[in-house]
Amino acid sequence: MFLQQLINGITSGAIYALIAVGYTMVYGVLRLINFAHGDIYMIGAMTGLYASRWMKLSDEPRWSSLLLVLLMAMIVCAILGALIEFLAYRPLRNQPRINSLITAIGISMFLEFGGQQVFGATPQAFPEMMPGGSGTAMFTFYGISVARVDVLILATTLLMMLALSWMVMKTRTGLALRAVSFRFDTAALMGININRIVSFTFVLGSILAAVAGVLVAIKFPKVDPLMGLMPGVKAFIAAVLGGIGNLPGAVAGGLLLGLVEVFVAGYMPQGSQYRDGAAFVILIAVLLVKPSGLLGKNVIEKV
Amino acid sequence: MRSTLSALLAVFFLSIGTAIAQDIKIGHFGSLTGGTATFGISTREGIELAADEINNAGGVLGRKIVIINEDDQSKPEEAVTAVQKLINQDKVVALLGEVASSRSIAAAPVAQRARIPMVSPASTNPKVTQLGNYIFRTCFIDPFQGSAMANFAMKNLKLKRFAVLYDVKNDYSLGLREFFTQAVQKAGCEVVADESYGEGDVDFRAQLTKIKNTSPEAIYVPGYYAEVALICRQARELGITVPLMGGDGWDSDKTAEIGGDAVNGNYFTNHYSEQEDRPAVKKFVETYRRKYAGKTPDAMAILGYDAMRILADAITRAGGTQGRLVRDALAATHDFPAASGTITIDENRNARKSIVVLKIEDRKFKFVTSIQP
Repeated sequence: MFLQQLINGITSGAIYALIAVGYTMVYGVLRLINFAHGDIYMIGAMTGLYASRWMKLSDEPRWSSLLLVLLMAMIVCAILGALIEFLAYRPLRNQPRINSLITAIGISMFLEFGGQQVFGATPQAFPEMMPGGSGTAMFTFYGISVARVDVLILATTLLMMLALSWMVMKTRTGLALRAVSFRFDTAALMGININRIVSFTFVLGSILAAVAGVLVAIKFPKVDPLMGLMPGVKAFIAAVLGGIGNLPGAVAGGLLLGLVEVFVAGYMPQGSQYRDGAAFVILIAVLLVKPSGLLGKNVIEKV
Repeated sequence: MRSTLSALLAVFFLSIGTAIAQDIKIGHFGSLTGGTATFGISTREGIELAADEINNAGGVLGRKIVIINEDDQSKPEEAVTAVQKLINQDKVVALLGEVASSRSIAAAPVAQRARIPMVSPASTNPKVTQLGNYIFRTCFIDPFQGSAMANFAMKNLKLKRFAVLYDVKNDYSLGLREFFTQAVQKAGCEVVADESYGEGDVDFRAQLTKIKNTSPEAIYVPGYYAEVALICRQARELGITVPLMGGDGWDSDKTAEIGGDAVNGNYFTNHYSEQEDRPAVKKFVETYRRKYAGKTPDAMAILGYDAMRILADAITRAGGTQGRLVRDALAATHDFPAASGTITIDENRNARKSIVVLKIEDRKFKFVTSIQP
């Protein structure tokens, strides 16, 4: 049972990690907590649903059709991310940060309740997209099974983390990203097109959310316009836990959060009632002991 | 000139007044959107079908029935707002709703204070009708539903060890868990695991792993379809092969749509089965299909239909639409030949009627047996 719970924890943590990577990247560059991230994730899942219906891809699951659905979700979310940045955040860039934060909450609600108008509020079934079945055990040992979709999610998370780290640390765009994250105006003086970099960050973050949306919808084939709410909050906790702005930190935070939740639900009497509470207790504990998060650097603010 | 104008205006408003008085306004509040949207939509369809039939046959007391629908978005607090609007703005004479017990419980005090009879077509938690003498229901209650499933599992399936996985945020689920557990323990059998989740959860693996470890012979999951479907999937993925069992909250197309093949081999209790071989059921299914483009009615549709007909019958017997008269007539309902079974309202304003057990095979609900109260 312990081993199975360990697997359960890692697989549910991988989902938080997957969403948290996008969250933390946007924060790292813009110092903006994009509360709409969870809702862009929802739009990704919804796009996946409608794309697969429209192209009748679910009749016979194929890897190629899964890739196609992922691609469409990524494109739609990329456009959405760019639009949100252009219409909602850009006009506020030189305003106090709290304005953008509240706008982000507004965008989040707009997507949730606008989503209810457009898609209907009823939970809808997401079709089986993985050939051979997403829930089928990939491998079994000692009576413990690991589903194929869980392996896919974990692998995607790690891959995304590595690719992003490489992009940020080794490419010219990454260099510009880091420069912008230090100071907008100084970066602009160095000849960096701020608008382009900020736009790019949002587009990238939204693409990550789209991937997470589709993969999680495959794992839990029930999608509705409010599905991004709780995962968004949890991913935010995961990002803060690992040190917000830090990519490996987001993954570590996500996994840790998943493990704690599962062990609270699995070993405490009536533990599932404390599950969501546990996440917040950990958040508070980490913030008290190490405010910069597990893998975050301590930054001294100059006054 | 001025007096002519005011006289004209007076005539105008009077004529509007009488036009409104001629219709009998009935309010329906339900989850037309939100997590349990199929409940509200099916109920509305059943109610409107019954209202059409009644109006085509000359209406009630020679007056037409008009249904005013209000959406509560599957939220208890919105149910309160919806009922307040129906009573204060629309001036309805009676209320139909809700399906979910939590939302009926939230809304009932409003109806009780206004002395407007409220008939819940499908809330099965006992608390609902205890909130006041204007609150009725036309379905069975959870003690019967919970114990019927327990007895079916112990007698017909010969099972002895059970686990329960219930929704801790939901009065309906809490009630079923309690009465199922009571019936099991009274018969000398065992509940080996008692785990919970919250509505809206998607990951149930931690609880299911714990349950699997206690090796029960069946798992009782008295929840709503959206979570139940995911629970079925994850149970099978974790290698749990014993049947899962539930109540009428399982009754939705979405159960099999979301749950896929994982829902096969499971049982649940319900208000009716369209496969049941009774003329009243056959007639209802046929007229419903004709009105709603061949759609097969689920339990909420037939319960909405029955609730509307019982209410119309009570208004007819009351001879008027005053809250007190309708209330007394509803309380006196005896052996009403409803489509889902013969209904008698008992002294606690609950309906006494039969229950059916369904098995899911090949993603379809198959009628197994019918149990009398």
